[in-house]
Amino acid sequence: MLTEKEIKHVAQLARIKITEKEEEKFKKELSAILDYINKLGEVNTENVDPLYQVTGLVNSMRSDDYRRDFVIDEDLNKKLIDQAPDKEEGFIKVKSVLNK
Amino acid sequence: MENHTIKSVQEGIKKGDFSAEEIFAHYATKIGLENKKLNAYLSVFGFGQLSARSGSAFGGEIELPKVAESLWGVPCAIKDNMLVNGTIATAGSKILENYVSAYDATVIAKLRKSGVQFLGKTNLDEFAMGSSTENSAFGPTKNPHDLERVPGGSSGGSAAAVAADLCVFALGSDTGGSIRQPASLCGVVGLKPTYGRVSRHGLIALASSLDQIGPFTKNVYDAALVMNAISGQDKFDSTTMPVPVPDFTKDLNKPIKGLRIGIPKEYFGQGLSSEVRQRVEEGISKLEKLGCHLVEISLPHSEYALATYYIILPCEASSNLARLDGIRYGHSAKHAKTLSDVYLESRAEGFGPEPKRRIMLGTFALSSGYYDAYYLKAQKVRALIKKDFDNAFNLSAGGVDLIVGPTAPTTAFKIGEKSSDPLAMYLSDIYTVPANLAGLPSISIPCGNGAESNLPVGFQIIGNSFDEATILRAAHQLESSLI
Repeated sequence: MLTEKEIKHVAQLARIKITEKEEEKFKKELSAILDYINKLGEVNTENVDPLYQVTGLVNSMRSDDYRRDFVIDEDLNKKLIDQAPDKEEGFIKVKSVLNK
Repeated sequence: MENHTIKSVQEGIKKGDFSAEEIFAHYATKIGLENKKLNAYLSVFGFGQLSARSGSAFGGEIELPKVAESLWGVPCAIKDNMLVNGTIATAGSKILENYVSAYDATVIAKLRKSGVQFLGKTNLDEFAMGSSTENSAFGPTKNPHDLERVPGGSSGGSAAAVAADLCVFALGSDTGGSIRQPASLCGVVGLKPTYGRVSRHGLIALASSLDQIGPFTKNVYDAALVMNAISGQDKFDSTTMPVPVPDFTKDLNKPIKGLRIGIPKEYFGQGLSSEVRQRVEEGISKLEKLGCHLVEISLPHSEYALATYYIILPCEASSNLARLDGIRYGHSAKHAKTLSDVYLESRAEGFGPEPKRRIMLGTFALSSGYYDAYYLKAQKVRALIKKDFDNAFNLSAGGVDLIVGPTAPTTAFKIGEKSSDPLAMYLSDIYTVPANLAGLPSISIPCGNGAESNLPVGFQIIGNSFDEATILRAAHQLESSLI
């Protein structure tokens, strides 16, 4: 069973503000899921290499030139910046990172 | 004009029975009438709004498609986690409610090139997390066979749209069964291609080592046609493989006599409903009648697949969804005072319960002190699951060409039946998750209705890597024998 302290810590790491009610709910649900997941402990994985992905591709390279099939113009730039909730003159605005 | 396939649209246009615009209008009208009760579509487009030339960020020379091409003028639907330039892509989440795509996903660019018409974007579980489409921030989709039941998920909107004939075909994405399970519950064909076969550029990522885009269609032939249009290596997705793409329709009628069909005993154990077992066993006997050799096989690590999946998926998802921070795009908390509060509050307000649950689970499993016990352990078990399949498909050691079994343990369940118990919901994917972990292609085709529920049952066929052609061939012939 996860503790309240652990749930709070995980929520902070995940940058999700949770209410006390959610804290209780996630504590129960995540603990039940972890109980189920813990059955992997039964499997002997000694001398088994982890499989992070199945393609076997390593370092897919491409030549370092302009991708003509994907036009990066002012219009695309504007479309991307326009998605930001807070912006000014083509820049994304953020709250100050360091305290004054 | 009822229940069109790609082939019938193509023939109708060629013969002059209707124009592309007329068939589009037919479907648009139908959506207008029926979508209220099904909630399959989240947004709709107009005819020609997204034609081959308009709005594509792909510059250069786009050849206009020819009427003779098989998908020309065919109205289709797209799961709302794929980007269509200049239009909203919500991923079923409030956090992306107003997000406007700035470019086309590669599959969209390819479909444009082949001349399809886009009817609209379909509903899904939030960020494709779910097996019922109940986790959508925009309300659940209903199963066209019974409006009190779920269509499956996460691509429930696409499956329901095809099943209700609100489009000719649709695209979905499959991370742990999200194409095959809803195809099974809605009684349509759904194919998850090999990992690396179809580009995921422009697909809103859930778990990057598992995600794959594939078609929902009304028959296997149509699935082969869509695969012809969307497959192939793409320099915008470095996990796509440099393997040739065959014409998937070419060998559909080549006899399957002599094919070796593996039946894994682990897929017929506890938890499988008797009505599903019955229909799947009938499908297996049909394959035997068509001359296939049935071979009992064992995939000994199957029982660990779901637990492995529920470590790998949340870990990758927690990392992928970290980009949603309320700064560059998506919902941003209005009253947050500090930078830290922007993150904490935007994510708290924007994400629904299931993404929160999985992000927290993944964050926990990747956190300091737990990595080896969870993430590393899961990737090792994943290697053993893959090895089970490698052994099974090793023909020189008495292996098989294909593996068959049920797609989902039950037929469609009631809306609300499993939504309060995440673990019970996760078990819906018990037979589909292994193919994702091993990166293998797999299809679900309808094999009749269950004797008790009278609802569709799905028959799953898993193939070896990049051997979609053999899956489609067996599926096509089984489909013909089941009609």
